Amino acid sequence: MLYAILCYDSEQVTGAWTKEQDAAAIANLEVVQDKLRKAGRLGPVARLMPTTAATTLRKGKEAVVLDGPFAETKEQLLGFYVVDCASLEEAIETAKDLGRASSSNGCFEIRPLMLFKPGALGA
Amino acid sequence: MTDLAWIHAALTAARPQVLGALLRYFRDLDTAEEAFQEASLRALQNWVKNGPPRDPAAWLIFVGRNAALDVTRRQKKQTELPPEEAISDLEDTEEEIAERLDGAHYRDDVLRLLFICCHPELPATQQIALALRIVSGLSVAEIARAFVVGESAMEQRITRAKNRIAEADVPFGPPSATERAERLAAVLVVIYLIFNEGYSASGGEAHIRASLCEEAIRLSRLLLRLFPSEPEVMGLSALMLLQHARTAARLDDEGAIVLLEDQDRSKWDRDLMAEGLALLDKAIRHRSPGPYQVQAAIAALHARAQRFDDTDWTEIEILYGTLERLQPSPVITLNRAVVVAKVRGPAAALEMLEPLATRLSSYFHFFGVKGALLLQLGRADDARIAFDRAIALAHTPAEAAHIRLHLDRLAKDGASKRATSPAKQ
Repeated sequence: MLYAILCYDSEQVTGAWTKEQDAAAIANLEVVQDKLRKAGRLGPVARLMPTTAATTLRKGKEAVVLDGPFAETKEQLLGFYVVDCASLEEAIETAKDLGRASSSNGCFEIRPLMLFKPGALGA
Repeated sequence: MTDLAWIHAALTAARPQVLGALLRYFRDLDTAEEAFQEASLRALQNWVKNGPPRDPAAWLIFVGRNAALDVTRRQKKQTELPPEEAISDLEDTEEEIAERLDGAHYRDDVLRLLFICCHPELPATQQIALALRIVSGLSVAEIARAFVVGESAMEQRITRAKNRIAEADVPFGPPSATERAERLAAVLVVIYLIFNEGYSASGGEAHIRASLCEEAIRLSRLLLRLFPSEPEVMGLSALMLLQHARTAARLDDEGAIVLLEDQDRSKWDRDLMAEGLALLDKAIRHRSPGPYQVQAAIAALHARAQRFDDTDWTEIEILYGTLERLQPSPVITLNRAVVVAKVRGPAAALEMLEPLATRLSSYFHFFGVKGALLLQLGRADDARIAFDRAIALAHTPAEAAHIRLHLDRLAKDGASKRATSPAKQ
């Protein structure tokens, strides 16, 4: 079984870290990731840019683009895509395509990645 | 990360929100600061023992407010006992505060706190010092070091600024939409002043103070979270991220300035640049250009150029033209002249400088640019005069040393009288 492990923390606190503190936190995590990678168990790893860089697409008859991250508590995270886009505009168009293909309501939060490692898992 | 380091980061992160709420409550900056101080001390004891609370800001507001009320009560006891109903009036529950935090209060609290540092009567240096003291929570010693002045001098400067604010009577009610927009604009200016003080220091030995740049970026992210749909807030954040990303390449190992064209672009911080570009992308979607967005767009063109020779100068000149229309200023015209020199040659650029001469007569960069253009035109003697003037106006040793480099080269080339070399296209 594949498991996704999603990271949550206060962005305001991590944002108040010094560069050295941030690097130390990443280095500690890297040790664990390395072990998993060598065992062939690690899939993609991504670090997202802060939510200040996020844009949200609210699905519906007419999709609405909103600045900022997904903020509802009544909807839950169902899944995610990592897509290569030339611009935010293209990312929004891609999300709209995905939105049209699904009958549900809900949102897509579009968040640029700061770091992406494809990982060791095969297709 | 140790618990203590986490607590310090949490206190720094919560400070604007907590202090803003305490200021709204007590309507007095000193009382609010003392209350925050007391709450922070108790957090250091309590959080280490019991672990951090779920909502550190709400905890700090609650504890800070009660601590300050205790002091008030004790002082009153020595004179007279307060009426019973006055005490029970002050006994709010934590839930009530936490609830209020979720509302629009929070946003206006933080904005007000930043805004009181931007009082128009305060000179820019006092605005920056005050914002760093009050909003960022830097110690007077740290700020004094950043400005290269004595601690007591800085203490006096901050006290004077606080007194002026106390007299200024900042309204504590919720601001109207127009007031909010005005406050936001003023706050953006102060944040950019903090950034610029770090980006090219106005005095002292160090030419760049990265910590001030980082603090300005942190404050802009805070504003972005409060005002997620303001394109100029996105623009300012993008601008600072894109500029700060070049820091490691801007000085050489000896601390001498390295011009954009000579910078080792592999030293640019690509993470910061990517974030800046992402924010600019967001801002542009609003189709509501402003000075920060245009400056960020210029910085983005530099960021996107793999090598200096790939720079899209034609597009940059158009953007500087837009900036001049949005925000006419001789400094912006000077910057456009630098770009014109790349696109159309030094003679055209020098012509643009003439009308600026009186207004920029004490501006270091004016004479630096003028000297460089004259040099390109082969007018060595005139160039030397401009460079001498620039050195006299330099703010930091790095600025002076950079100009001296030109002068040394001039002295060496003096006899050879090289012909004019056309600007790179």
